[in-house]
Amino acid sequence: MTTFKEALKRMQSLFHKREQDVELDAEMESHLEFAVEENVRAGMTPEEARRKAMVRFGGVQQARERQREARGLPWLEILMQDLKFTFRTLRRDRAFAAIAILILGLGIGANIAVFSVVDTVLLRPLPFPDSGQLVRIVTKDPKAGESSKTYTADATEEFQQRNHSFEDVTGYFAFSSAENLKMVSTGQPLPVTGLMVMGNFFHTLGVKPVLGRLFTPEETLKNSRAVTLLSYAFWKRHFGGDPAIVGQAINFSGTPTTVIGVLPETFDFGGVFSPGSKVDIFTPVVMDDIRNEGNTLALAGRLKPGITVAQAQAEADLLFPQLDFIVTRPAYKPNYNARISTLKDYVTGRLRRSLIVLWCAVGVILLIVCVNLCNLLLARAAARSKEFALRSALGAGSMRLLRQLLTEAMVLAGAGAALGLAIAYALTAWLASQGAIALPLLSSIHVDRTALLWTVGIALLTAILFGLTPAWKISHDHLVDALKDSGQGSSAGRSHERMRSMLVISEVALACVLLVGAGLLLRSFLRVLDVDLGFEPSRAASIQVDIDDHDNADTRSALWQDLLHRVQAIPGVQTAGLSDNLPLSRNRSWGISAKGKTYQKGELQGTFVYIISPGYLKSIGMRLMKGRDFTWDDGPKSQPVVIINQTVAQRLWPGQDAVGQISNVNGHDTLVVGVIADVKESDLEANGGWEMYLPGTQNYPDGANLVMRTTLPPDALASAVMGTLRQINPAQPATEFRMIQQLVDHAVSPRRFFVVLVSVFAVLGLVLAALGIYGVISYSVTQKTQEIGIRMALGATQGRVQIDVLTRTLRMVLVGAAVGVVVSLGISRLIATLLFGTSANDPATFAGMMLVLGAVAFIAGYIPARRASQIDPSIALRNN
Amino acid sequence: MSSKLDLLQGTLDVMVLQTLATIGSMHGYGVARRIEQVSGDEVLLNQGTIYASLVRLQQRGWISAEWGTSDNNRKAKYYAITASGRKQLAKDSAYWHRLSNVMSRVLTMPAEGGL
Repeated sequence: MTTFKEALKRMQSLFHKREQDVELDAEMESHLEFAVEENVRAGMTPEEARRKAMVRFGGVQQARERQREARGLPWLEILMQDLKFTFRTLRRDRAFAAIAILILGLGIGANIAVFSVVDTVLLRPLPFPDSGQLVRIVTKDPKAGESSKTYTADATEEFQQRNHSFEDVTGYFAFSSAENLKMVSTGQPLPVTGLMVMGNFFHTLGVKPVLGRLFTPEETLKNSRAVTLLSYAFWKRHFGGDPAIVGQAINFSGTPTTVIGVLPETFDFGGVFSPGSKVDIFTPVVMDDIRNEGNTLALAGRLKPGITVAQAQAEADLLFPQLDFIVTRPAYKPNYNARISTLKDYVTGRLRRSLIVLWCAVGVILLIVCVNLCNLLLARAAARSKEFALRSALGAGSMRLLRQLLTEAMVLAGAGAALGLAIAYALTAWLASQGAIALPLLSSIHVDRTALLWTVGIALLTAILFGLTPAWKISHDHLVDALKDSGQGSSAGRSHERMRSMLVISEVALACVLLVGAGLLLRSFLRVLDVDLGFEPSRAASIQVDIDDHDNADTRSALWQDLLHRVQAIPGVQTAGLSDNLPLSRNRSWGISAKGKTYQKGELQGTFVYIISPGYLKSIGMRLMKGRDFTWDDGPKSQPVVIINQTVAQRLWPGQDAVGQISNVNGHDTLVVGVIADVKESDLEANGGWEMYLPGTQNYPDGANLVMRTTLPPDALASAVMGTLRQINPAQPATEFRMIQQLVDHAVSPRRFFVVLVSVFAVLGLVLAALGIYGVISYSVTQKTQEIGIRMALGATQGRVQIDVLTRTLRMVLVGAAVGVVVSLGISRLIATLLFGTSANDPATFAGMMLVLGAVAFIAGYIPARRASQIDPSIALRNN
Repeated sequence: MSSKLDLLQGTLDVMVLQTLATIGSMHGYGVARRIEQVSGDEVLLNQGTIYASLVRLQQRGWISAEWGTSDNNRKAKYYAITASGRKQLAKDSAYWHRLSNVMSRVLTMPAEGGL
């Protein structure tokens, strides 16, 4: 029948405790006087009257307690008492509190941060309305980069018209490169990354502009007015978030383009479709412009409500083989196929395992943290056993003592969670700003409400885990024994120690698992870095150059020669060359075959094409195995030539010398003049595909990257190179001067990301385990001061004492490591798919990590061992 | 079996309300004595427990309290039942009457066999 009013009064009474107690005392005093008076009147002596009155009243203290309980909030008062007491004890034990909170903060912080990543990438739906219906449409077995994952404009339109499963099918032009446009206003032209998307792209995704409107169908027609949508970041950065920009025309690469809208901040094209890249502006794909350009469109779509991926897949399996490459040439069917996967799976599917491993790693860290704190609290509890025994003797119930211990644990966990939250905020903010890491959705990672809930959950869990064990332990110890005994050598002390040893062993085992996992991933990472790239990134740099050759091969030849000649004249530049595409970045593929041979279906495959200048191969460090590089004499009118990689040479002319053979490239007889070592063109961890290099003087390159090999550090040359480029072409935009190493770094960035995180967690686990070892050994040395003193008095040497302590340490570590190795052998198989060039039970890694663990454990044990050996027997024996 | 009645949970509150309703304003000792007398010293009452009951009733707004002086010039806190207290008492006494009726009927059930 607790009404709101009553609850309020009860709350109020908390703040008037003193007055109310005083008033109650006065009331009870007058009560007793009434009673005494009455008894005296009845003829008792004053002493008898008072005694009788007291008997009738019952316990004064009890009455007082009952009245307090009735008027106030007893549980709250007890909690306040416990809290006050906790703060007092923790203040007294500052070092303990600081270490406990720090350890907890690190453990909880790591957990929240990783949870935020997992939540963003795996758990949360993509940031689009009804995103479960969004799918990617990609060929089933792409072997040759983007060209083999994409479709022609005609095929796309046919599929749009014929399908029944999709509400909308859309796509984007998959072959634009970074900084492919220049924005010309006042001053120097600015490099801008533009992307062409199909007119219905944003409608399909459900992205609404924050300003202006989306593309209209008319704007996707040939010769329509050029329009663009700005990305939010670009709008903020270059136009200061000025809303008046909508409707204005901006000159992009010579085309006045009207801004029709600004996309929302939450839309991150790179994050979803192309991790690690950013797009500044979006323009509509004019389908008529790309009809004859082959496979150029990367497709996505929105399923009709109620249609499943499997249904869409079944329809696609029927429809795609019938699609045309070009409608006007219906005789040629490219025999397309398509795999439909939800956009979410496509974006994050590959990361699932890595993230789960990461999640497990931080879970293990949290376990170690709990074990460690358990240990610390247990040590404290042992030291406080007398205090508890005393309180218990004075009438504190065991529930009350338990509650006190739990309160302590909660306070520590709460403070740890607060610290952890701060760490997690810093960590996620840092992660979100790592644009160079090729992980999807990275920029949208932040600590959100789910993560906060997760924190609270984790804090509670840890508090209960590490708070209950010592509490349970204490409540089972014989309190009377504790009172009688000083604790040394008593049964309670020994069982405490046994329990603490168990905890340390489990800690070592957990740390061992983490170390082995991290070790395997680290070794894989080193193996990846060690891979033969087929080119030499060090001391090589590239810059995108703006060359207007009017698509004339002779003009291009002249311009390229002039450019390379001038660049090579810059002191510090060894060689220079040009290529339209660089390895590990944008790619496309055509076909190559040996002349005069007929091939079975599936014998040929898409071949990566690079259109280059003489000197490029040398500049980027690709190795010519046979034949020669291109020369300027390989001109527009001379014999078409090609350089192929070893894979192509072996597949097209097995057992023969490929140089001198005639191949068929784009229907032209083309002489093979050279063979180069295979290049990792798109993935460091996969074997190279088919590659060919064609001279820019005989083909149409798609842009140009100047690659230089330098004797000086490349960035020292940036301004000199830019100066030369400006001399040649004043409209050269201020494009970024990129180290070729950056391309490699970008390609390995996801693996690096995981390795760094897992390693950090492993080191954290190791440090925590070491701390645990140190704590237990150090404590037992303190406890055994007398015993050691006696032994030394009886003639034990310092060395002997040290060895004893160290033996005890190493015994714990050995047991822990043995358990850890067994567990690791089981678990490492689960991460086998994440490894590269390293077996799941790689003996070197296991041995190496055991050595690390042993060394750290030795140090953790040596410090207390040294202290033990320096005990002065005479002092040790005197003290008690 | 003890020689005196243990108080059921909540019964003391009703007794206090009823006492104050009959005798008007009274201090804690007076209320306690009155209950003992009326019950014919059948109730086992530590007089001190009355104060928990008094403060509870006061917080629920069923009685009011005021410091005053007794006939023999002693300072004491006097309690009086409020209007909402009377309403509550009416509710409670109806409930107790019903309960005791039912209880006595059940306990005096004639020992008949079958239906």
